[in-house]
Amino acid sequence: MVDIYDILRGKKNSDGSYEKVPVIVQGITGTFGSLHSKQMLDYGTNIVAGVTPGKGGQKFENKVPIYNTVKEAVDATNAKISIVFVPAKFFLGAAKEALEAGIKLLVAIPEHVPVRDTMELLEIAKQKDAIIIGPNTPGVMIPGLIKVGIMPASPFKTGNIVVLSKSGTLLYEISNVLSTSGFGQSITIGVGGDPVNGTRLIDAFDMVKDDSNLEGMVIVGEIGGDSEEILAQHIMDLNFKKPIVAYIAGRRAPKEKRMGHAGAIVMGTYGSAESKISMFNKANIPVAKRPNEVAMLLAGKLEKSKD
Amino acid sequence: MRLLEYQAKELFAQYGIKTPKGISSKDIEKARKDAAELGFPFVIKAQVPVGGRGKAGGIQKCHNQDEFELKYPQILGMSIKGERTRAILLEKMAEYEKELYLSLFLNRSKRCYTIIASSEGGVEIESVKNQIIREVGLGQVDAPVAEEVAKQIGLEGKTISDFVDMLQRLSKLTIEKEAELAEINPVALLKDGSLLALDGKVVTDDNSNFRHPEMEKYQEKTELEERAEKSGFTLVELDGNIAVVGNGAGLVMSTLDMLADNGGKPACFLDVGGGATTESVYEALTLISKMKKVKAILVNLYGGIVKTTTVAVAFIKAYDDKLIDLPVYARLMGAESDKSKEMLKNTKTKMFDSVEDAINGVVMEVSKRG
Repeated sequence: MVDIYDILRGKKNSDGSYEKVPVIVQGITGTFGSLHSKQMLDYGTNIVAGVTPGKGGQKFENKVPIYNTVKEAVDATNAKISIVFVPAKFFLGAAKEALEAGIKLLVAIPEHVPVRDTMELLEIAKQKDAIIIGPNTPGVMIPGLIKVGIMPASPFKTGNIVVLSKSGTLLYEISNVLSTSGFGQSITIGVGGDPVNGTRLIDAFDMVKDDSNLEGMVIVGEIGGDSEEILAQHIMDLNFKKPIVAYIAGRRAPKEKRMGHAGAIVMGTYGSAESKISMFNKANIPVAKRPNEVAMLLAGKLEKSKD
Repeated sequence: MRLLEYQAKELFAQYGIKTPKGISSKDIEKARKDAAELGFPFVIKAQVPVGGRGKAGGIQKCHNQDEFELKYPQILGMSIKGERTRAILLEKMAEYEKELYLSLFLNRSKRCYTIIASSEGGVEIESVKNQIIREVGLGQVDAPVAEEVAKQIGLEGKTISDFVDMLQRLSKLTIEKEAELAEINPVALLKDGSLLALDGKVVTDDNSNFRHPEMEKYQEKTELEERAEKSGFTLVELDGNIAVVGNGAGLVMSTLDMLADNGGKPACFLDVGGGATTESVYEALTLISKMKKVKAILVNLYGGIVKTTTVAVAFIKAYDDKLIDLPVYARLMGAESDKSKEMLKNTKTKMFDSVEDAINGVVMEVSKRG
């Protein structure tokens, strides 16, 4: 298992801080790509190059060089991380190009990528030993160090709680609740709202579970599929003891309707909130009824774990 | 897209999967001709995008014209689990020995397609016993694999090759149409050992629609849902009277849960997408203004990067343009919320710091109005 921290953090300095790793942006000149590239730069993410075919040689914000291809960008910067903003139709091509060029962590922002394209990409990622986060993800972030995504900065504070989420805005909402209650985050990973995720909840969990600073974890799930159930079983199998709480959106959603996210659909009992909640309960993971309740439940769990 | 049975069977026919003879209709005039063409007896099957219609009386045998005149309008007017009948399929009955189950299904957590087959079909998948499950990557099913599955569910003789043929055709359909589920339940095993698809369910990946113009005719959207899609929104119409608007699917679902927990009845799920702009919120209000059942609007926006004032401007414009006259209960998280509150002071929009307060307010407002 690749250590996500190793990819997102550079060398540790003598004062305990980390060096910044280089990141490239595919689709840096689009409306959405440029807005969020600015936001990432403001946050302190070390964006070293952008890629937009046909715009090679130009500069973004007068400082970030733009290349025509990912290969040129990688050759010039040695970046291992790319964040992709291209439209869904062109996503597979852009992502393949990135993996061919040696990208090891690809953050896939676009929504509406066909599942078949994602599955095809994952076969390549497996061969190349690369991590795909998304598609349809807000991205990944180590508060205070690096933001590779479209999340606003304000909800997040540094700390030792991990937040894994299928939803973007709920990730912000719940991180904000945590931050205001004094629970900063060591890392937050949006796995995305699509039916097939490059990094599933269980993969994200495995990436972070052995971090010695980890104090607790929040899992933000929603109706559709069975990745929450599988994660709950995995947590039981490992006999993982650190405090975990969960939240599940969509308890009151009608069946067989896609609720905004391509993946948020209950078919029969497959994907139902009841199924997820009962598995979490079985794994001794309390499930909040409202986002606001998450911090309180986590505080309770942390208190108990000290006994 | 979730295809209705008759649409799924049209695809089955295109791919050479055998189905009983049947004709679909949406009114009784056409259906009378269909009935004459088919000849009695046949079954009248309600076409609804939800399971469990047999138990609800949506599938009935019909032996003669009198029965037809009585049952056809009754089934066409039926609602099953809140879904009105979209069309009717008249279909010849088949005599068979046994009902089997067969589907190809996108296993999301394993990230591959899965064959599910059983010698006991005709019930919902959750109740299907003795399931044989085979993972098949991107959906390609080779003959030896299909043959193995056939034997595992106890098929013999000629039926094995019929099953291999059916499964391979289903696989081709799944791959080419980018289906998340292609299910034949039940598969009828006829007296002569051949197989027939008695029912069909196909769910395709909406995100692949751009590659499938040929499937557009199956797209079923209300006028509002279509308009929402053009604006990049997701709109799901529901039965209640409080419109729920927010940004991000998870947040809107969560708001809907809390509203329903507090006794409110959601009229719709409206996700304006990750970012919110003056234009997008205004367009959302426009869509809601067209839903007559709506008595109040609940808004929950997490504008991390967006300023709340950008959104407040949309509300003010909507009132000024007389687009809406409904009370709005809004929680806008993001920058400049004090300024937004000031801006909205003399309007029908009430701003709250917590979504819980906004929900309590809107539920009280609607119950007051009756």
